[in-house]
Amino acid sequence: MTDAAPDDAPVVRFDGVGLRYGRSPEVLRDLTFELAPGSFHFLTGASGAGKTSLLRLIHLALKPSRGLISLFGADVASLKRRQLPMMRRRIGVVLQDKRLLEHLNAFDNVALPLRLAGRKPADYAGDVAELLTWVGLGERMDAYPQALSGGEQQRLAIARAVVNRPEILLADEPTGDVDHEMALRILRLFVELNRLGTTVLIASHDEALVAGSGRAILHLEGGRLERIAPARPL
Amino acid sequence: MSEPAARTVPPAARRRRAAPLLPPRDARDGALVFVVATLCFLACLAVVAALGADRAASGWRGELTGSATVVVRPRADETADSAAARAAETLAGVRGVVEADALEREKADALLEPWLGKDDILKDLPVPRLVSVDLDSRSPASAADMDRALKAAGIDATVDDHSLWLKDVLRAAAIARAAAIAVATLIAAAAAAVIVFATRAGLAARGDVVSVLHLAGAEDGFIADLFVVRFARMAALAGLFGAGGAAALAALARLAGGGQGLTPVLPLAWSDLMVLPACPLIAALVAALAARATALRLLGETT
Repeated sequence: MTDAAPDDAPVVRFDGVGLRYGRSPEVLRDLTFELAPGSFHFLTGASGAGKTSLLRLIHLALKPSRGLISLFGADVASLKRRQLPMMRRRIGVVLQDKRLLEHLNAFDNVALPLRLAGRKPADYAGDVAELLTWVGLGERMDAYPQALSGGEQQRLAIARAVVNRPEILLADEPTGDVDHEMALRILRLFVELNRLGTTVLIASHDEALVAGSGRAILHLEGGRLERIAPARPL
Repeated sequence: MSEPAARTVPPAARRRRAAPLLPPRDARDGALVFVVATLCFLACLAVVAALGADRAASGWRGELTGSATVVVRPRADETADSAAARAAETLAGVRGVVEADALEREKADALLEPWLGKDDILKDLPVPRLVSVDLDSRSPASAADMDRALKAAGIDATVDDHSLWLKDVLRAAAIARAAAIAVATLIAAAAAAVIVFATRAGLAARGDVVSVLHLAGAEDGFIADLFVVRFARMAALAGLFGAGGAAALAALARLAGGGQGLTPVLPLAWSDLMVLPACPLIAALVAALAARATALRLLGETT
């Protein structure tokens, strides 16, 4: 566990962060921003603007080339390797490629974070079943990912990301493979999680969804970040 | 995601057991079991050979240190038979000698037959007489003791306590034993190397699983242990096959060779097979150590 941080400390803080892959030019430049606890942001930008890279920096899958990143008040660069798993358990992640385990059925995929946190099947079965029902997969608990449609896989990935009520939820195009009705339903799930205190950051190019949400927008342009006020309330 | 007041858990969800986090089977598993089983089979044979070599060395040593041969040359005024009988009587009184027997003329001639044939020439030769001496295994008489006693009795004789051969025999036995142990160790190391390569390949092939586990907050040790359990089980199974094959072969050799095993040079005993059940355990341990070290090193290289 990291050092205790004040309750109002930013969940995420970037200070002059830059990222480059190998010797290529920086894909992210001078990023300086904070995500307050309980905030809800959309991350927008053209394809290739660096949205996924930014999310990967936050969920500790990448190290910045320069600058300082703080998570839950702790300097990420000073974290020891053995501290990373506990930090990751506080972060829920929905990736574009879903990363579902093909040899586990829907129930076991969703239960994975709870299992890694040391909970027993008898203890988490109810939570997992309820969440699967909520995302519309209650009848497909025993189905394997390859038997699910793209939209069902997406909902499964979202259920896995939120099952342990993470302190921050990062979602990379979570509504990309679902119809508008399901997109709204997923958004409502994120909003409800947010109401329960989870900080939410969603990368999306669904302009209608973003504009209709009334939430703050972080826009990436040319590797730099600009904060845009919500167009109108949800 | 509000909590309902009274939640009903579906029976299907209640009955669940945690599924294995690694895919249960891999196409390479069969080949790996075969390779490790073959190595275990060879290692078991090497160990059985080492035990046989040890037993043979002990036997040779016992035979050589437990007896002596005395060559008696008769004086001009006595016959060879009486000289040999006198020498046997004298030696029987030496402390550390259990029994001393003078070899009869026919037996001495029989020893020379392979070199001189059955011609009458043997009758004309002054063939020295031999006295076979059995020594006390706890405190055997030394060659010097016997020589002194024979000289005191006025007998012209040479005592051979086989010490000239003993050194060579013991050195040969030690080399055979060391070679068998070295082969067994080398094979165990080869098995460990195979497990290391297999773990690397397994981690590379299961990069997707490892990445998801990391993402969900799994610790390196937890992920490494998944591979440890998998490879230890596989190696134990391979060890079982290898040890079983070696036991069958050794039993066959023992049955075919009768009381002395396959050959007097490498005597096998049923008790030698008792070491083979350790093979699956050792194979599992080697695999577990190799898999854990490899997995942790590879995981340490990831972000």
